[in-house]
Amino acid sequence: MALKASELNKGDSHEEVVVSDLSRTQIVQYAGASGDYNPLHSDEVFAKEVGGYPTVFAHGMLSMGLTGTMLTNYVGDGRLTKYGVRFSRQVFPGDTLTASATVEEVREEGGEHFVDLTISTHNQNGDEVVNGSATARVDP
Amino acid sequence: MAVEKFKVEAGHITLFARSVGDANEIYYDEDYAKTTEPGSMIAPPTFVQASAQFDPDYFLRPRIGERWFGSGAKPSGSNAPASDEGGGGGGGGGGGGTGLHAEQHYEYHRQLKPGDVLSATSKPGKTWEREGRRAGKLKFSESITEYHDQDGELVITARSVGVQTERVVEQ
Repeated sequence: MALKASELNKGDSHEEVVVSDLSRTQIVQYAGASGDYNPLHSDEVFAKEVGGYPTVFAHGMLSMGLTGTMLTNYVGDGRLTKYGVRFSRQVFPGDTLTASATVEEVREEGGEHFVDLTISTHNQNGDEVVNGSATARVDP
Repeated sequence: MAVEKFKVEAGHITLFARSVGDANEIYYDEDYAKTTEPGSMIAPPTFVQASAQFDPDYFLRPRIGERWFGSGAKPSGSNAPASDEGGGGGGGGGGGGTGLHAEQHYEYHRQLKPGDVLSATSKPGKTWEREGRRAGKLKFSESITEYHDQDGELVITARSVGVQTERVVEQ
């Protein structure tokens, strides 16, 4: 179901838990699907002993992908025209992430209606791991 | 990154959707997808990142017959590589610093569908530096990638920012 410009207001928001207790296996699954096999994400020995990290951590793009699930659930299939994020904090196994989209502006351009959204994803400690923005085409 | 031929395939879309925890049937079931507004399967918004699979020179994928820099008998199989020029993930450690992905932005000119054959070309963008609170000096570099389809039409414009940190990020 597409969103309707006439029913959207600045400040409206949508929130979803996009992963609970992130597993190392899901990180491996993402490595396999995306093709990014950086051992920092899947190789505990390398991440600790060479990388100097406490353990493996998720690809930034996994955080963006998880957040994108919330976003497309909200705006509907094939409606996204822009989506961009900044990775503000690393995501580790065991993390639970909650992603939200908040309406910034509803506007008309060239006879079409769009909604501009701010995006934010937090971990279980309330720390922001991803922030960004998105634009989607909406119905009148 | 330069990719000559990235075939967008239904099975790959399904595997990718699973990996990002996306249960939307449009990524799994072609019959269901026909009933949706796009009228066919489409790709999740970050799917083009998987073009790395089809980049012959992508260094974050083990290559047949070559030493891989992840662990085997030893914690690292080779010297850590340099940063990946902001194209995606990041390089390994070594010296404590790390190449990391700082930002990623997409502009969708149309939705990707199974059967599309994309080519990707990247060009470097801006570079800048700043002092970070948790990882020392940060060197940022931007890369712009354009994905064109089989008809030469621009379908996605991607802007990636990579960062090389001076030391491991404090948690």
